[in-house]
Amino acid sequence: MQVLKKIGLGIAVMLASFNAFADYAWNFPTPATPMAADTLHVHNKFMTITGIIFIVVLAIMIYAIFAHRKSKNFKPVTDKVPSTAVEIFWTLIPFAILLLIDFVIMGIPAYHSVVMMENTRDKATMVIKITGSQWRWQYEYMDGDAQGIKFVSNLSTPKEQTDKGFKGVKDEHYLLEVDNHLVLPVGEKVRVLMTATDVLHNWWVPQFGSSRVAVPGFIRETWVQVEVPGTYRGQCKELCGKGHGYMPIVVDALPMAEYKLWVAAKKEELAKAAAGADKVWTKEDLMANGKTVYEKNCAVCHQVTGAGLPPAFPALTGSKIANGPIFGADGKYLKDGHLDRVLNGVRVMPSWKAVLNDTEIASVITYERNGLGNAVGDVLQPAQVKAARQ
Amino acid sequence: MSTTTVAHHEEHADHPSGIMRWLTTTNHKDIGTMYLTFSLIMFFIGGSMILAIRAELFQPGLQLLNPEFFNQLIGVHALIMIFAALMPAATGFANWMIPLQIGAPDMALPRLNNWGFWLLPPSAILLTLPFTLALFGIGDGALATGWTFYPPLSVQGGIGVDFAIFAVHLLGISSVLGSINIIVTLFNMRAPGMTLMKMPMFAWGWLITAFLLVATIPVLAGAVTMLLTDRHFGTHFFDAAGGGDPIMFQHLFWFFGHPEVYILLLPVWGFIPQILETFSRKPMYGYKAQVYSLWAIGALAVVVWAHHFFTAGMPVPALLYFMYSTMAISLPLAVLFFCWIKTMWKGSMSFETPMLFAVGWIILFGIGGLTGLVLADVAADAQYHNSYFVVAHFHYTLFAGGIMGIMAGTYYWLPKMTGHMYSEKLGKLHFWLTAISFNLTFIPQFFLGLAGMPRRIPDYALQFAEFNMISSIAAFVLGFSQLLFVYNIVSCARGGKKATDQVWEGAKGLEWTLPSPPPYHSFTEQPIIK
Ligand code: HEC
Ligand code: HEM
Ligand SMILES: [Cu+2]
Ligand SMILES: [Cu+2]
Repeated sequence: MQVLKKIGLGIAVMLASFNAFADYAWNFPTPATPMAADTLHVHNKFMTITGIIFIVVLAIMIYAIFAHRKSKNFKPVTDKVPSTAVEIFWTLIPFAILLLIDFVIMGIPAYHSVVMMENTRDKATMVIKITGSQWRWQYEYMDGDAQGIKFVSNLSTPKEQTDKGFKGVKDEHYLLEVDNHLVLPVGEKVRVLMTATDVLHNWWVPQFGSSRVAVPGFIRETWVQVEVPGTYRGQCKELCGKGHGYMPIVVDALPMAEYKLWVAAKKEELAKAAAGADKVWTKEDLMANGKTVYEKNCAVCHQVTGAGLPPAFPALTGSKIANGPIFGADGKYLKDGHLDRVLNGVRVMPSWKAVLNDTEIASVITYERNGLGNAVGDVLQPAQVKAARQ
Repeated sequence: MSTTTVAHHEEHADHPSGIMRWLTTTNHKDIGTMYLTFSLIMFFIGGSMILAIRAELFQPGLQLLNPEFFNQLIGVHALIMIFAALMPAATGFANWMIPLQIGAPDMALPRLNNWGFWLLPPSAILLTLPFTLALFGIGDGALATGWTFYPPLSVQGGIGVDFAIFAVHLLGISSVLGSINIIVTLFNMRAPGMTLMKMPMFAWGWLITAFLLVATIPVLAGAVTMLLTDRHFGTHFFDAAGGGDPIMFQHLFWFFGHPEVYILLLPVWGFIPQILETFSRKPMYGYKAQVYSLWAIGALAVVVWAHHFFTAGMPVPALLYFMYSTMAISLPLAVLFFCWIKTMWKGSMSFETPMLFAVGWIILFGIGGLTGLVLADVAADAQYHNSYFVVAHFHYTLFAGGIMGIMAGTYYWLPKMTGHMYSEKLGKLHFWLTAISFNLTFIPQFFLGLAGMPRRIPDYALQFAEFNMISSIAAFVLGFSQLLFVYNIVSCARGGKKATDQVWEGAKGLEWTLPSPPPYHSFTEQPIIK
C-alpha cells in the first residue's frame, strides 16, 4: 500500500506540473514539409504499436506479480518439462508476431519513407548549398534567379544574454535567432547540398523532418519542400566544439511572389557590397565596420577585447602576426602574415575566404591592427583584398 | 573487506597482508571484490560529473559551467560509466561467481586476472588527469568530443584527446585479458558432468560477451590509434583533404560501439533469469531458447553498427539493410522477454530487494528495447538522432538495463560474498527511490527530444525549460539515493545477520552449496554434476 501511495503521489505531482504548461509539445512539432508529415505519421504509428506491446506484456506481468505470490500461498507449478517441439512452438509465437510487426506493419511504411527521404532530385526546382563552420551556417543559392546569392547566418541573441550569470529577461527566441534568415519559396522542392569547412555539423529543423550531417570535404544531400509559409527554427545537432549550442537555423518560407521580391532585394544589397570593394574607404569607416565584423565572427575565440583564451585561442592584442607586415617586397601577401592567416586560416583558426567579402576582411584586419590595444597605424583597403584573392 | 573465514585459515597463512595482499593477489574473489569496489567508486565519480551537467541544465542560460568544460564532463561521464563503472561491475561478478557457479577452485589464469584489474586505475587516472592539469595551466582539459571521439573535432582537440586514447587502449587491454581468462576458464574448468548446455545462464552471457570483446576491442584500438596518428604524425585517415574520410571513423567506432552495448548487457541477461527463478521458486523457463537467443543477439550485434549514424549519409540499400537488421534484434530479444516472464508465471514469488530490481529491470529495459526498435526506422531517426530522445533511450538500456541489473545482482549475491544479510528495508527503499526518480529523470527527456532539443548543448531555448527542470530535480534525487546503496553494502560487509549457505529459499546452483562467505579457494574438490 505504502508503495502504491508513493507511486500515486509521484504521478499526481508529475501531471500537475505538466498541466501548468498546457501548450507544451508532447510530440514532434507541427510538420511543415511532406517529409516531416511522413515522419510524424510513422512515429505515431510505431509508438502506438510498441505502446500496445508494452502495456499488454506489462499487464500480464502485473497480474502474475499479484496472483502468483508466495504470500498468497500460491504453489509453484512445474512447467511441464516441455518436449522440444512444444518449447519451440511456444517461443515461435512471439517470434511470428514480431516478424509481422517488424517487417510488415512497421517495415513496409519505413521502406517507403526511406525511399522518399533519399529521393533528393526528382522534381526539385532549385538547389541551395549549406556550409557549416564553427559556429555559423553559410547559405548559397546555386541556380535560377537567386543564383549567386550567398551569405552567412550567425546567432543574433545578444552576447550578454548568453554570458554566464545573466539574470535579466531573455529574448523570446533565445538561442534560436539569427541575423540573416535563409529564405525559401513555399511549395518548391529544394535540393539541399550540405558540406562543412572544419568539423562535422548537422543541419536540423524539426518541422522539416530532415537532418543531414555536414561533412568537411564531402557533399551530402537532402531536400525540403515547405508547404506552409512561416518562420521555422532549428539547431545544429552534431557536437562541433564549444559553440555547438550557439549555431541556430532560421528559415523564412515565403510565397513565390514575395520570395521573388526578396531575391531582387538581396541581389541589390550584394551588388552594393561588391561595389563597396572598389571604392577607397576611410580608416574610420573601416574601423567601425571592422568592429562589427570582429565581434560577430572572431570574438567567440579571440574574445571581444582581443585577449584570446590561451593556450587554445591566441591573443590578438600584441600578436606578432596582427602587428606584423601584411605584404612582402614583391607586393604579394606574406605567407603567415596577417592577411594570409585570415584568408586561409591554419589549424583551428578558420579560413574566412569563402565566408567574408573583401570589405569585411579589409575592415576586420584594419580593426585588429588599430584596435584591441594594437596601434600599427596602417589600413587595408578592400581593393587590396580583392587583388590578393586573385 | 576481509571476509575470508577462519575455517580455511591454515591455507593462506602465507598470503601477504595489507596493501600487498591486494596488489599481488591472484585470488578470484579478491580480484572480484576489487573490480566491484572500483566500479562503485567510479559510478559515483561519473555520477557527480553528470549532476554538475544537470545543475547547469536546470534552467536556460549559462550558470555554472563554460561550454568547453560542459563538453568535457559529458564525454568523460560516458567513458567512465561505460568502461569504468558498468564493465568492471560485470567483470567483478564474473570473477566472483563464475568459479563458484561452475565448481572451479579459481579462474584459469590468475596472474592475468590480477593484471586485468590493475590496468583499470591507471586508465581512470588518464581519463581524468587532464582536468587537474588544466588547473595548473597545462593543456585545456579533458576530451571534449563526447565519448564517441568523432573526427575532425577530435583531431582539433587538445591533449585531453590523447589522454583518452591511451586510457581506451589500457581499458581495451584489460577487457581482452579478462575475456580470455573467462573463455579459458569456462572451456576448461567446469565441474565434471557440467556440459556446456548445463552451464548457468550467467556463464553463458559472459561467454558471449567475452567473444564479442575479443572480436571488437581490436577494431576500437585500431580506430583510436589511427586518430592518434592523424593528430600527431601527419596521416590523413579521417581527413578528406588527404584522401581520408571522417565517416570511416564512425564505421570503425560503431563496429565496436554497438556490440559494446550488448557486451555490457549480456552478463546481466545471464544472471537476471537466475534471480527470477530463485524468487519465483521455479526453474527458469526455456533454458535452451535463452541460450540460442543470446547467441543470436551476439551474432546480430556485429552487423547492425551503422544505425548509429543514419543521418551521416549512406546509399539507400545500406540504409535499408541496417534498418531491417536492427529490427531483427527484437526477435531474439522478444524470446528472452517471453522466457523471463514465463519463469515468473505461476511461480511462488516473493519480492526481496533483488527480485524487486529484477522485475523493475524487465519493465524499464523493455522501454529501452522498444524505443530502440522505433529508432531503427531511418526516416524517424532523422528526428530522434542526437536529440534528447536518444539520450533517454540509451539510459533506459544502460542505466536501467545495465546499472539496475547490476544492483539486482549485488543484492542477490552480497550475502554470499560477505556472509551477512543486508538491510532489506533500506534495500527496498533504495529500489523505489531509484526506480521512481530514474523515470522522472528520463521520461521528460523523451519529450524534450521530440520537441527538438539536441543533445550535448550547454544552454537551450526557453521552450525546453520545464522538462529540463523536472529532469534535473529527479536526477539529484536519483544521485543521492545511491548513497543508500553504498551504506547498505558497507554495513553488510561489516556485519549483520549471518547468512545461511543457501541464503535464499529458492536459490539453486553450485554457489549456494558453499558456505557464506565461501572459503578462500572455492572448490578444492570439484563437485560432480549429474
Ligand atoms: C574557432 C575559433 C576562431 C575564430 C572564430 C577565429 N579565430 Fe583567429 N585564430 C584561432 C586560433 C586557434 C588561432 C591560432 C592558430 C594557430 O596558430 O594554430 C588563430 C589565429 C589568428 C591570428 C594569428 C594570431 C597569432 O598571433 O598567431 C589572427 C590574426 C586571427 N586568428 C584573426 C582572426 C580573425 C580576423 C577572425 C574573425 C574573422 C578570427 N581570427 C576568428 C581561432 C579562431
Ligand atoms: C540492448 C541494449 C541497448 C543498449 C545498451 C543501447 C545503447 C544505445 C546507445 C548508447 C545509443 C546512443 C548512440 C549515440 O551516442 O548517439 C543507442 C542508439 C541507438 N539504439 Fe540502442 N541500445 C540498446 C538496445 C537497442 C535495441 C534493442 C535497438 C533496436 C532494436 C537499438 C537501436 C538503437 C538505434 C537505432 C540507435 C541510434 C539512434 C541515433 O543515434 O539516432 N538499441 N543505443
Ligand atoms: Cu554543432
Ligand atoms: Cu547500436
